[in-house]
Amino acid sequence: MTLPPLPDEAVALGAHAADWRAAVREAGRALTRAGAVRIEYAERMISVIDEFGAYVVIAPGLALAHARPGPDVLHEGLSVVTLAEPVAFGHPHNDPVRVVVGLAVANAEEHVASVAALANAFNDPEAIERLAAAGNAAEVRTILGLAAGR
Amino acid sequence: MRIVAVCGAGIGTSAILKVNAERVLERLGIDAEVSASDLDGVARAASDAQVILTSTELAPAVRRAIGRNYAEIVEVRNFLDLDELAVLLERSLG
Repeated sequence: MTLPPLPDEAVALGAHAADWRAAVREAGRALTRAGAVRIEYAERMISVIDEFGAYVVIAPGLALAHARPGPDVLHEGLSVVTLAEPVAFGHPHNDPVRVVVGLAVANAEEHVASVAALANAFNDPEAIERLAAAGNAAEVRTILGLAAGR
Repeated sequence: MRIVAVCGAGIGTSAILKVNAERVLERLGIDAEVSASDLDGVARAASDAQVILTSTELAPAVRRAIGRNYAEIVEVRNFLDLDELAVLLERSLG
């Protein structure tokens, strides 16, 4: 069970987002900078929330932005955005969001392994707090249990 | 015993829920098979399931989607909180 790599370009710390759409777009832009998705993937992540609601806010303070596999996914990817100002996604219990994790998978099988690894990383109840406070990309990788340089 | 974890797109959140539910079931010593589904597929996926795990947000849509199915819909607030999941699963299955 391994997470996709998280290069420096896929991390944006202390980002300013006016609303949840802007926050999800940041996560999409980070995935695009890392070469994982084309820019239109961000709008598909937004559509998932438009269609199904803010259930992607899976824990207090944490949104897992994602969309189905599609032609705009170039390869499996992960991004992490921390927000300078927390943003409401409209979730009844877990708002406001301080950390947005962007996830892109090219096929469903690959995806199960990535997500299992992500669940592992977040088994530490402090993980979201520590991510929100992270000062650089290396720190984020450490919190997520990713090896250096990945 | 069958359990289905449901989210909108069928990837991401339902997979996290599936992985964590499996962990909790193992901890509780309950033998059950957990699958993940999207909303479109839930009626079929849950046809022989006892429990459907989903978020509070999606619960009404899941209820509509499954129609006349007797599976219990369990609403999970924090998908990463194994203790919450343990309490919920013990209540439904214990």
